Amino acid sequence: MATSATAHAHAGPQGFIRKYIFSLDHKVIGIQYFFLALTAVFVGMFLSLLMRIHLIAPLASLPLVGEIKPETYLSLLTMHGTIMVFFVLTTAPQGGFGNYFLPIQIGAPDMAFPVLNMLSFWTTFVGFVVIIAAFFVQGGAPLHGWTGYPPLSAVQSAGPGEGLGADLWITSIAIFCLASLMGALNFLTTTLDMRAKGMTMMRMPLTVWSWFITAILGLLAFGVLLSAGILLLMDRNLGTSFYVPQIIVNGQIMLHKGGSPLLWQHLFWFFGHPEVYIAILPGMGVTSQILSTFSRKPIFGYKAMVYAMLAIGFFGFMVWGHHMFMSGMSPYSAFAFSLLTMCIGVPSAIKTFNWLGTMYKARIRFQTPMLYAIGFVSLFVSGGLSGPFLAQPVLDIQLHDTYFVVGHFHLIMGVAAIFGMFAATYYWFPKMFGRMMNESWGRIHFFITLIGTYAIFMPMHYLGMAGGTRRYSQYTEVAYLQKLMPIHQFMTYAAIITIAAQFIFVINLFWSMFKGPKASDNPWEATTLEWITATPPPHDNFGGVTPVVHNGPYEYGVPGAARDFVMQTDPPVASSGH
Amino acid sequence: MGRLIAALKLCVTQRLARLEVYMATYTPSTPMNQLGRGGSVPVPPNGGGDDGGFSDSGLPNYAARLRRARLGMICAIVTVSMVFVSLTSAYIVRRGLPTFDDSTRTYFRDWGSVQLPWVLLFINTAILLISSLTMEGARRQIARRAALAPVRSIPGVSLGDERGFPWLGVTAVLGFGFLIGQWMAWGELKARGFLVSTNPDSSFVYLLTAAHAVHLTGGIIALLWAGTTSLLHRPVEGRRIVVDVAAWYWHFMAVLWIYVFALLAFAR
Repeated sequence: MATSATAHAHAGPQGFIRKYIFSLDHKVIGIQYFFLALTAVFVGMFLSLLMRIHLIAPLASLPLVGEIKPETYLSLLTMHGTIMVFFVLTTAPQGGFGNYFLPIQIGAPDMAFPVLNMLSFWTTFVGFVVIIAAFFVQGGAPLHGWTGYPPLSAVQSAGPGEGLGADLWITSIAIFCLASLMGALNFLTTTLDMRAKGMTMMRMPLTVWSWFITAILGLLAFGVLLSAGILLLMDRNLGTSFYVPQIIVNGQIMLHKGGSPLLWQHLFWFFGHPEVYIAILPGMGVTSQILSTFSRKPIFGYKAMVYAMLAIGFFGFMVWGHHMFMSGMSPYSAFAFSLLTMCIGVPSAIKTFNWLGTMYKARIRFQTPMLYAIGFVSLFVSGGLSGPFLAQPVLDIQLHDTYFVVGHFHLIMGVAAIFGMFAATYYWFPKMFGRMMNESWGRIHFFITLIGTYAIFMPMHYLGMAGGTRRYSQYTEVAYLQKLMPIHQFMTYAAIITIAAQFIFVINLFWSMFKGPKASDNPWEATTLEWITATPPPHDNFGGVTPVVHNGPYEYGVPGAARDFVMQTDPPVASSGH
Repeated sequence: MGRLIAALKLCVTQRLARLEVYMATYTPSTPMNQLGRGGSVPVPPNGGGDDGGFSDSGLPNYAARLRRARLGMICAIVTVSMVFVSLTSAYIVRRGLPTFDDSTRTYFRDWGSVQLPWVLLFINTAILLISSLTMEGARRQIARRAALAPVRSIPGVSLGDERGFPWLGVTAVLGFGFLIGQWMAWGELKARGFLVSTNPDSSFVYLLTAAHAVHLTGGIIALLWAGTTSLLHRPVEGRRIVVDVAAWYWHFMAVLWIYVFALLAFAR
């Protein structure tokens, strides 16, 4: 493991528990986050499989769950959304790859607060255990969707999963908030204070920028969700009326009065919209990194990319109302939210054109990480273009509760972010595990997944425009929806094939971990700091040496250079520093 | 005075000697003159880029650790602020909502009837403000001790009585006093018939004071931690970092309490 063990100042811990379980090493913690997210994504994927099968065969008895009743369907929906958003989309890109590569890419020996880092992971783990526990308690998992709208989520007797299951759900979210806040604090301090000599902010790789901006969003957003969750727990268990108006549930008058369900929606979406960017920004970062590396060209418009990400983060806090056009908000507010939402299209377009500009007339190396990065751009465009449609209050009122929205957010937030993760996995696997992943299987996995995800989520747009409502358990009882059943069937078959293809990835991952060909220190001929150190990196990342940075992160094809790339630590070149 | 200067000279000589030992055993691939802040690499004026807070020996240096801890504390303060900002917005929104009365079929305002135990709360406020002063005393005391630590480590050098006033202990006691005072205030509210679910403003009184108390408890734990490490004779520089950031946090807690109190008092 440690190629320069004699030189480095920090010897790694030797015991199994200190080395692999309660490790303070950001690299081990990153891998722990990665495997936690991998476990979570398979749980979430299995739930979606059950839902998709149920939608085309509502009366079929399925393994583990038996016949799916409407409330069971809603439980699956809730848990799928929550697990995927929090424990996959937030955990892997930031907690996993961010933890592993942010310190290395800025030339630091570890995170700023290693103990806090460990605590952050294990808190996330406890959060995951708590949410999984919701399946096994009296009444089962909650029904209120990942957005947890009251009064359904705030009244214990509102449904079978709304008892202990819902309490566990909120507790899990609160624990996750604490973990994310600890993580965000660590990421920010590390980026601001631990950069190697010469690593100015404008020489940071775009991945580091994306993790940095994501951490700012997390720091500002998760506190809001935490307080919203505490209010919800109080409404549920202490009889307060923050969110619950006077209401009759199951024939019984509740003691609550005067609360407003809209208050939750405002607080939740003030967190919820930045959360979308928390999920996607790291994907943008890694896509920029990979497109530049495999196009053998500097990233097109580095500064524009940085400012675009900052703008996306900034606007992300001002558009939460576009999730609430259906709530009866004032048309003036709706207009403001609509306008601000469409403003996000500008930095998003800047990013997209810069990605295309990076690839334009390049000698592209079509290896698996690159394929996934191109896939990310494709999904970002197809998922993103329906955003300006939904940003129009008039159109949104028609489309809001249909599959159009499901298709939109799955493409842009779900699958695009997942493609970012796949790209990151194929790209950094050699550095993380010291071996190469199988290229052929990687490509097969890519093509099935790309075509499969489009086959699942593109028809949802048509389904939505045709009036196909979302969140319904059975469509077979409604005459006009029955005509749309063939689309559902197509999507389910596509989902089964796509899910099956993910086993190619998992087998490739584990097989390569032990049997893959040994990786060199810099297999992709990339320029950033993780590629100057040994593979896998030693305990203190650079073997006791502090790297000194002289160049920008994307110096490819520099005229007069000996190779077609210049490492960040190489002697300065004329165009460096941006 | 002459003795002190001689002691400092001795200290510098010892440190240089120690550095030479490191230089003899440490063989980095980059030349030594390129490491650390004094390196010869041109760094553009728009900031950034340091040595990662690790001295040439590879051991963390305390100045960098202190800077880093303060930065972390600023982030933590931002987070806690966001929690209270969102609770405030919930407070303001809920305050403006009417409640429907079944019997009269009309809307009415169910807000503003809670009677706060003013005297107790003012006493608590005074206790917390005094504790903020004692905390500042503790911070300055330990900063001074940390600065003099190299001198004190020289054999034969004494700086006189080292005990000093127990600022840290007094702060922790005052912190506990504040929490007990808040507990009594809740008891008083309960005695006046205002429970958590009685009406929306009593809910918020309990919520905001409890949220503040939970965060203050975190501060007290930090003080106890610093006190424990002092008993264990850990290096004073490390303890200084804990006390320093705890002091920042503590002052923030005092400001936050005044904010919460003002919100409950004026936005009725």
